[in-house]
Parts: sequence; C-alpha cells; structure tokens
Amino acid sequence: MTETVTVPAPVGAPPSNEALLDVRNLKTYFHVKDGTVPAVDGVSFSLGRGQTLGIVGESGSGKSVTALTVMRLLDIPPAEIVEGEIWFDGEEILRVPLEQMRKIRGNEIAMIFQEPLTSLNPVFTVGDQIAEQVELHKKVKKKEAWDRAIESLRLVGIPLPERRVKQYPHEMSGGMRQRVMIAMALSCEPKLLIADEPTTALDVTIQAQILELLKTIQQRTGSALMLITHDLGVVAEMVDNIIVMYAGQVVEQGNVDQVLLTPRDPYTMGLLESIPSVEKRGGRLSVITGTVPNPFNMPPACRFQPRCPYAWDLCKQVAPDLYRAGSEGQLARCHLHTPAGEGRLGPALEAHERAMTIGR
Amino acid sequence: MSQDETRGTLPEVAVAEIENRKDEPTADYEVGLESLTQYQLAWRKFKKHRLAMIGLGILAALIVVAIVGPFIWPYNFGTIPKPDKIVAIGRPPSLVHWFGETGGLQRDVFTLVVNGARTSLFIGFGSMILGVFIGTIVGAISGFIGGFVDNLLMRIVDVMLSLPLLFVILVVANFLGGGKGSPFLIVGIFAIFSWMGVSRLVRSLFLSIREREFVEAARAVGVRDRRIIFRHILPNALSPIVVAASLIVGVNIISEAFISFLGFGVDPTQPTWGNILANARTFIPQGNWWWPFFSGAAIIVTVLAVNFVGDGLRDAFDPRSRA
Repeated sequence: MTETVTVPAPVGAPPSNEALLDVRNLKTYFHVKDGTVPAVDGVSFSLGRGQTLGIVGESGSGKSVTALTVMRLLDIPPAEIVEGEIWFDGEEILRVPLEQMRKIRGNEIAMIFQEPLTSLNPVFTVGDQIAEQVELHKKVKKKEAWDRAIESLRLVGIPLPERRVKQYPHEMSGGMRQRVMIAMALSCEPKLLIADEPTTALDVTIQAQILELLKTIQQRTGSALMLITHDLGVVAEMVDNIIVMYAGQVVEQGNVDQVLLTPRDPYTMGLLESIPSVEKRGGRLSVITGTVPNPFNMPPACRFQPRCPYAWDLCKQVAPDLYRAGSEGQLARCHLHTPAGEGRLGPALEAHERAMTIGR
Repeated sequence: MSQDETRGTLPEVAVAEIENRKDEPTADYEVGLESLTQYQLAWRKFKKHRLAMIGLGILAALIVVAIVGPFIWPYNFGTIPKPDKIVAIGRPPSLVHWFGETGGLQRDVFTLVVNGARTSLFIGFGSMILGVFIGTIVGAISGFIGGFVDNLLMRIVDVMLSLPLLFVILVVANFLGGGKGSPFLIVGIFAIFSWMGVSRLVRSLFLSIREREFVEAARAVGVRDRRIIFRHILPNALSPIVVAASLIVGVNIISEAFISFLGFGVDPTQPTWGNILANARTFIPQGNWWWPFFSGAAIIVTVLAVNFVGDGLRDAFDPRSRA
C-alpha cells in the first residue's frame, strides 16, 4: 500500500508529491450566540490521486464540517475559516475566487450527501438534474447532456435508464435515489468524490450494494474518494487510509490495517472495543464512558481525557500532539506515545487486547 | 377463479412488457407505473371540486365574452345612438337589448357590461400578475439573502401595510390619472400597493426551502445563486403563490369598481363595471334598475368565481386533502 498519510509539509508551498488534496492545519470555527465552536480545530491530511480516505468519528466530531469546508459550502458567517490551507490539484482553494470555485464544485470535486431523499429537487426529473450539472460544467448541448445523464444512470446500474431519466425523485426507492446521486456526482468525472455518510439513510442490504457500486466506479473512473462515516465496518471495506476525528481534531491516522487492527489512540481503541462481536458473547459490552465534551467548554488539555481510562495528570495539563505510534506512518494524539507515557503504554495496549477478545 | 385461469387472462401488453424485461441487464428494480407529477395530481383533485370547476367555467366564459363580445355584438359603446335625445328612463331588458337601455343617452347596457368586462378583468388579472411578480421577486431576495437586505425589505413591507391603502390608492390615482387614467395606470397603481402580502408569503417559503438539502446539493454542483433562486427554489414554492394570487384577483376587481365609482379610476368614456355603476347612480330613483344591476351582478359573479377557483386551488395543492 502506498504511503499517503504523512506529516504535513511546511505551510505555504504546494504539495510536492502527487497528492490531489492536501489539507493543512485547517481550523473552522462557528461563531454562535453563546460563543465560538471550534468544529474543526487543526486538521491536516492528504489524499493521493485515485486513493481512498475514510474519515471516522461520532456526530459532532467535525467530519462533515471538514468536507463542507473543502467544498466551501459553509455559510460565512456564522462559520469562519480561522486558519489553514486546502490544496487541491495544485491550487489553494480557500483563496480562489468564488466564481472559480463554482467551476470546481461538481466538476472536479463532487459530493454525495447523506439523505438521497432530500438531496434531489422534488419538482424536477432526475434527468433534468443530472443534465443541468453537465450543461453547467461541460460545454455541451442539451441533447448531449441528456444522453450523458442516461449514460451515467446506466453506469450506476439503474435498469431502463431511458425511462428512469424522465422520472421524478419520489417515484424511486431510497437506494435508487442514492444511485442517482452517485450518477450525478460522477456525471462530470470529478477528480475527487466526497461521500458524506452515503449509506446512513439506507437499509443494510442496499448499503452493501451502494458501497460496492462506489468502489467499482471509483476504481473505474480513477477518482479519489473521501468517505465520511461513523461506521467502522464501512471503512474497513472501502478505504486505504483512515483518519479518526474527535472533538474537531484528528486523534489517529494511518492505513486501514494499522488503525483498525492495531489502534494506538485510546479513543480509537474505545470505538473498536465497543463493537459487539461473536467472541465477546456473554461478556459485558464495553462502552466509552461519558459524553462528547461541550464545545463551549472543552477540556483544557487532551479533549478525550475526561473519558479516557488511561489518562493521568499530564493529560489534564498538556495538550497532546500527533505522535508517531505503532508501525511506520501511524500517528496518534496521545501522551502514551511520548517518553512520559512509556511505562503506561504496555499495560494500556494489554487492556485493549483483553477488551477486544473477552469484553471488559 | 383459479390461479391458472388468472394467468391465462394476463393481458398481452403485460406479457410483452415481461418479455422485454428479460433483455434488461440487471433488472433488480421494477420500473414503477408512470406516476403523476405534482400538477397532474393537483388538477385531478381540482376537477373534483365542484364549485371551483363552476367558477373556472364562469371565468373562462367571461374572458371569452370579454375578448370576442365587442366584435360580435352590433352596438359600439363609443357611439351614442340618439345624441339629441336624453331620457330619464331607459328601456327594460328585451330581446333586442338583452340588458336593457340606459337612461340618459339610451346606450345598450349589454354592450357597456361586455366592454366593462374587458377593462375590469384586465385590471383584475393584470394587476395581480404584476403585483405577484413584484412580491415574488422581493420575497425571494429577502428570504434567500437574509440579513440586512431582508430586514430592510421587510420593514418597507411593514410601512406599506400600515398605510390606509384604499385612501392612498385613491389619492395616487387622482394625482396620476385625475379620474381619466388608462387601465394600465390603474394596473400599475394596484400592483404597487398589493405585492406586500405575496412578498411575505414568498419570503417565508424561501426561508424554509433554502434550508432543504437539495439546495445545498445544487450549490455543491456549482449552480449560481440566481439559478438556485429561480430554478430550484421557486418551483417548489409555486403552489402557495398560485393560491394567493388567485384570491388577489377578486380583491383587485372590487378595488377597481370602488375607485371608478368614486370617479378616480379609469377614464369614464371607457366603460368599466365600476363607472357603469357610477353613471347609473343618479338615474336609479327613476327606476332604471337594469342599468346598475347587470354590472353589479357581473362584479359579484366574477369575484365569487375567482374565489371559488382560489379555494379549489388551495385544496388541490394541499397534500393533506384527499379528494
């Protein structure tokens, strides 16, 4: 597997390698009545051409905001991009004029939303909606755009696309509509596809179909995929690399095997321990105690410290950085991986091992 | 009937359909029956609303009469049949003069009412269209952009709505037209003073629709704001606008009658239902009941018809009503 998760390059220069998307120290805050919410607080990652990246985290961890920031779809204000750079295909897209950003959206970066039901306009046929996008970005005639809409419906496995293309969203099932959304996203052959929880609203059998479809199409068209989900099972199937987010920060990153098989951050460990499995039958299912911190009142140092079973004094005083952990290329935001935590790392990993096999 | 018999009677079309499907690559979904669009559904419900259909019929008949009537009917409202003779009492309705003859210059009442229908319906519908147009634009901008612009526009609406509109319209009509205004002027004046309700309605619709996910999805594929407003949001807001618009027509026809009756409306040489009433007023004591009666009846019937249609539209577009 190629190594794409790296420590960010020094700020200012375009990415030297063939990274398609390079997000550096991104900070997106929301200014609301009660104060400021640091929804994304210093997130960095990069994604190579044709690669897949999974962003995992619970609700409110900042994964969707990260995606919306990349698309520049946030309303400013209340949102504010406080700091950071987003390099896409050699351009810093936080600084390109809005007019040019419009040409990138849908054309070079496409997004698939969570709710296929509400993401399609109820008063237009699906063909109209796909063709509109094609007409907008590619200099083609109406007829040609329409043909392309039919073609992309065929590509996503919708039978009788010539008839389906003239139907309204309400005439289709949820899985069918998500296929339409994917067809729409692919109609302009984007370099990057952002899928924001594409299967959350679908039932399990359809989920598998849609994921399979995303995977084959992504391989066929060679576009990069950024998959946002809270379902660890989905990422295990789909992606090369994983970022785990917690309270607006990246807490762990690495390739799929590293993060899912040998997690090194207590939060990731907790997430994996809380998945029910056959081996753990009979034991108590472990949970991560407590709740996500109040965004107005974040813990002073490590944001996971109040819920962390391995936390000690240092965690309340010094905010941890992303440290090298485990095998090559894996990073974790935890003091366990500094010299100060040396004595504690072994027992923590053992506890995790035990929790994974028999439950706590 | 047994299972086999049912199978035997499968219509040929369906069999052909099944045969066709065999060739399809992955027929894991059925292509549903052709289903109806929102407007087809609404029309279906509308058709079952009896009063609304009657209203629609009356309106259609009135519009046809207003358009072709003056060409067919032998009298012209501009020519005075017996200019040298002024009578106190005209002639009551007869086979020759269906609605009778006026007192005074002995003009044909049917001719007056039919020509009046032209002007009155033109003013009613014209000012509705213009007013709804203004209201929709203002409301759309207000609701979509929000913030300062929204605040400013809605405060203007508040100010406009706090005016005693009928009197303001009278004053403005008198100032601009001096009682001899053209129908276009009256349309303009009505439109300028009747868009506020629509703009509030459209604003509220836009406020809710712009938060829907398909708007964000449209933005995510790079659609411009102007196109989002007019192509993605407006069609979703159309049915309440249509309902509101239909009810405005009736109000405007009454307003026209009102200001024409008071002599501030359309040039009196051009008949409208309002100024027919105004001219008849002084002759009523002599017993010319047919003179005001038919134009008054025309106003009532038209406004009722319009309101029935409006009710029908509202029920037809209401997803909760099942007709």
